[in-house]
Amino acid sequence: MLTAADYDALIVTLKLASLTTLILLLIGTPLAWWLARSRWRFKFLIESLIALPLVLPPTVLGFYLLIMLGANGPIGGAMTALGLQPLAFSFSGLVIGSVFYSLPFVVQPLQNAFASIGSRPMEVAATLRASPLDRFFSVAIPLARPGFLTAAVLGFAHTVGEFGVVLMIGGNIPGETQVLSIAIYDHVESLEYTQAHWLSAGLLIFSFLLLLSVYALNRQQLLLRS
Amino acid sequence: MSIEARFIVQPGDAFTLNVDLRLPGQGVTAIFGPSGCGKTTLLRAIAGLEPCRKARLRIAGTTWQDEKTSLPPHQRPVGYVFQEASLFPHLSARRNIEYGLKRIPMSAQRISLDDAVTLLGLEKLMERRPAQLSGGERQRVAIARALAVSPKILLMDEPLAALDLQRKQEIMPYLESLQRQLEIPILYVSHSPGEVARLADEMVLLDNGMVQAHGDITEIFTRLDLPLAHSDKAAALIEATVAGHDDHYALTLLDFSGGRFAVSRKNLPIGHRARLRVIARDVSLTLAHQQDTSILNIFPATVETLSTENESQIMVRLKVGEVTLLSRVTRKSSTLLGLKPGKQVFAQVKSVALLS
Repeated sequence: MLTAADYDALIVTLKLASLTTLILLLIGTPLAWWLARSRWRFKFLIESLIALPLVLPPTVLGFYLLIMLGANGPIGGAMTALGLQPLAFSFSGLVIGSVFYSLPFVVQPLQNAFASIGSRPMEVAATLRASPLDRFFSVAIPLARPGFLTAAVLGFAHTVGEFGVVLMIGGNIPGETQVLSIAIYDHVESLEYTQAHWLSAGLLIFSFLLLLSVYALNRQQLLLRS
Repeated sequence: MSIEARFIVQPGDAFTLNVDLRLPGQGVTAIFGPSGCGKTTLLRAIAGLEPCRKARLRIAGTTWQDEKTSLPPHQRPVGYVFQEASLFPHLSARRNIEYGLKRIPMSAQRISLDDAVTLLGLEKLMERRPAQLSGGERQRVAIARALAVSPKILLMDEPLAALDLQRKQEIMPYLESLQRQLEIPILYVSHSPGEVARLADEMVLLDNGMVQAHGDITEIFTRLDLPLAHSDKAAALIEATVAGHDDHYALTLLDFSGGRFAVSRKNLPIGHRARLRVIARDVSLTLAHQQDTSILNIFPATVETLSTENESQIMVRLKVGEVTLLSRVTRKSSTLLGLKPGKQVFAQVKSVALLS
């Protein structure tokens, strides 16, 4: 049925998606908060940049990342000069690529969630002696909880489904950078349809169940609040 | 112990709030005026929620804001009740009330959780989520939440405006007991004459961002140069003391500086201070003291000023003892009676409402 390499690909995929989601929640939360609150007139520039991976072919993003991170690129070159391994064709490189690739899927739900809270609950908290940081954690985060759930699941699922970026900057190193989507591609190339079926059906069911739980939970939240 | 508030605030392009007020350090001051006159902006400026172009705010001897300093909102000891209850939907009534309480130092706590809960009658609602409360109950929780931070001033922004008549009547008694039991000043924003007539001692009239008038509420209600005395329900407010009861006819007798009112019996102790409202349309004028009339409340009065309402009606401002009354009469009657300032008349009060 599944080979050892398939299990490795599964573990690499889960590791990559979890780490990417974690990083994205950490940088996406302050970014989304700022986007939801700021009245800066050039805010749309940042918003367009963040949305770019939604429309860009993943290969384009992957290509530029490869140029940047490769041994001859500005970042990769600097790292080589410091005696470090360049990031291209490494797991760390994959994480960086995935963070860019899944950024809008985390930032946009969070931004919407923060925007829908409005300024009133924050003003109420201020008149109840809560400092800005205090009211962010005691009011904004709890009220944006459905947004966090959506953001985490979309970020995770979208990273699991990544193909083009991985292919460009990660290559296909088993146990290091080979993820499920690429393992499926490999199986099909080698006409191993049984394994391709197992992995594909597994991903299909997993993704569906994930989305199902998000929509069900958000529905429940809405019913509770109304 | 007073409030000194000077603000120039420009929240939008079209409108500027420009006020310079000295308000009493206790009792209820009504901030009154039409929508868009700056009432809410004034409260928000006091709470530090509105950026000001110029501001000077001193409350009970402490400077909250001047040219050099401005306390951020969370460091101002205010209690703020918004128009919509704005409870935190993810917290129970209890945890909503505790939210602010937990954030003040023990030494600053003068109103306990139990005090706030009892004052607003919330004992049985404490474990409910906001979604499980009625509009009136939510607003009561919001008031208790604002009180639980032991504020030095309570700011109430039309707390009843979003409620229907029944809910308003449900909350009113709680507001009246706040007014009696709290020793802090309350600024009460409203555009309802009925509400402020029951609650307020002083009144600030705002119009288009400027203070149009400021003073004792009984005075502002009856000044003929101000809009309140010309509204359809123009009325005079009278402070009176329960003098006794007429058990035979089931009447309650109330003394004021110009005489004694008899109203349908109310269960009030002798000596209780009550406020009466006499609507201008319910006051008629005669030159002689009528004997053969069903009207019980007749007082000798002196015409002070007259003002033409329209082609057919005249508003007459009268003095009865120290107290002012308004009477709306036809222009024809006014001419026939020869009404002019200084004229002695009798004011017949057909009906009077006991407000508290």
